[in-house]
Amino acid sequence: MLALDGVRKIYPNGVHALERFSAEINPGEIVAIIGGSGCGKSTLLRAIAGLDRATAGTVTLDDTTILAPHAKIGIIFQEPRLLPWLSVADNVGFGVSDLPSSARREKVAAALKRVGLADKANAWPRELSGGQAQRVAIARALVPQPEVLLLDEPFSALDAFTRRDLQDHLLDLWADTRPTLILVTHDVDEAVVLADRVLVMRPRPGRLFEEIKVNLTRPRDRNSELFDRFKRHVLTALDRSLDRSIPDRDAGPSVGESSMWW
Amino acid sequence: MAVTVELPIEQTSGMEARPRAAGLPRFARPVLGLLLPVSIALAWELIVWLGYSNGRLMPPPSQVFATIVELARSGELLRHVITTLTRVGLGFGFGVVAGTMLGAISGYWRPARRLLDPTVQALRAIPSIAWVPLFILWLGIFETSKVALIAVGVFFPVYLGVMDAILSVDRKIVEVGRIFRLSGFAMIRRILLPAVLPAYVVALRVGLGLGWMFVVAAEFMGASEGLGYLLIDGQQLGKPAQILAAIVIFAILGATTDWLIEISAAPFLRWQDAFGKRAGGA
Repeated sequence: MLALDGVRKIYPNGVHALERFSAEINPGEIVAIIGGSGCGKSTLLRAIAGLDRATAGTVTLDDTTILAPHAKIGIIFQEPRLLPWLSVADNVGFGVSDLPSSARREKVAAALKRVGLADKANAWPRELSGGQAQRVAIARALVPQPEVLLLDEPFSALDAFTRRDLQDHLLDLWADTRPTLILVTHDVDEAVVLADRVLVMRPRPGRLFEEIKVNLTRPRDRNSELFDRFKRHVLTALDRSLDRSIPDRDAGPSVGESSMWW
Repeated sequence: MAVTVELPIEQTSGMEARPRAAGLPRFARPVLGLLLPVSIALAWELIVWLGYSNGRLMPPPSQVFATIVELARSGELLRHVITTLTRVGLGFGFGVVAGTMLGAISGYWRPARRLLDPTVQALRAIPSIAWVPLFILWLGIFETSKVALIAVGVFFPVYLGVMDAILSVDRKIVEVGRIFRLSGFAMIRRILLPAVLPAYVVALRVGLGLGWMFVVAAEFMGASEGLGYLLIDGQQLGKPAQILAAIVIFAILGATTDWLIEISAAPFLRWQDAFGKRAGGA
């Protein structure tokens, strides 16, 4: 289980990005984190990834405190961040370079096939479209079989059509090994289609505002009325999170105190 | 319903023939670049041949070519070329090693940059030729001072190129390395080196260009061999054809060595021009 306990982040330049964020995320759960800009979504993700250390509070994965990038935690960024000097196949195998080359090749081939890019194995990253490049990034993150996969607005740079396609694809891939997915997004549709649980954050400083359980069965029909109702619910929560006259609530143990931050 | 009607129309518009590379056929393109120099040379040849100029100060191409052949036949050309190449090679080697090492340290390690870089930048502001008298006093008039001058010329662009390249490595790519928990050494080998390589090759080529520039300066001062000596000798004995011959040889050597760097780096930089190559094939 991934546990966040009172995570706070104040950057050296004084920006108070995150305040006492606590949550527990179960293995195999899909959690979407949504909120207006500057609400600390990415900061939170980077703290879980071990890229930035929290100023206070802890991130623990199965009793291991995360202070630096961890083998069981993978991340997919907003941009594919492929290494331009490596072929697509070598990019996908980048995280498992300690394996013997035959085993590595096998894993890479399987992963590329799984994301539908088997024919691009020898291509250079710059020859790929945006959607293909992001698929390669997904494959690269999945090859080491992380228990927790973090996604930082992974589809926001893509067109609506490709985005939908990749959202469905991500769910397919998730079903293979059922890692924990933590997805930062600003797309309500994306949050509701993917997540078991939507965490709505509010800005300055970033903190948890509301938690919405999405108990819809999968596959979810984006056009169903129930789907719409969840979407509206999340949208309302988002609107309320930006309304400063509404005090924090549903935010776990720190409900009362957190009013002192704004 | 309207959509299904429009669909085939969209499809046909998507299947338009790709635009052809316009203009001359492939083989003719370099020829176009040769047109101007070759016609100027021919025109000058013609003018001298027709007697409109005696060509004494500006000998026609045939005479320059004859001089080169003559120098080559006597074995003198080879001697001068080897001397000059040795000087450039040694100076370039020392300059590259020093520039790469100090540039890498400055780029990679901030305290070193704070310590080193201001001094290097200050030294860089001095025109390198200004060192010549000092180098001659310190190192004598023979090879050492010449190699030192060339090395100084090569050092600065390589140092700057390496440091800049390391400093401008994309933080986002470095983060990919961190996520996969690369150790310091693996980070250098698998992320920094490949990321820096294109800029490094450019720095080497700039350095080499300066190396050729400085070998001429070095050989102007008290050399008894080398292409620069041929230049001075031609001036003092009034042999413009020999000067032009040396200039032509310099051009050939400079372009060839530059090309050698380019093709030896090409296998490592294939990822960069993949697009240009693909345009020809697929």
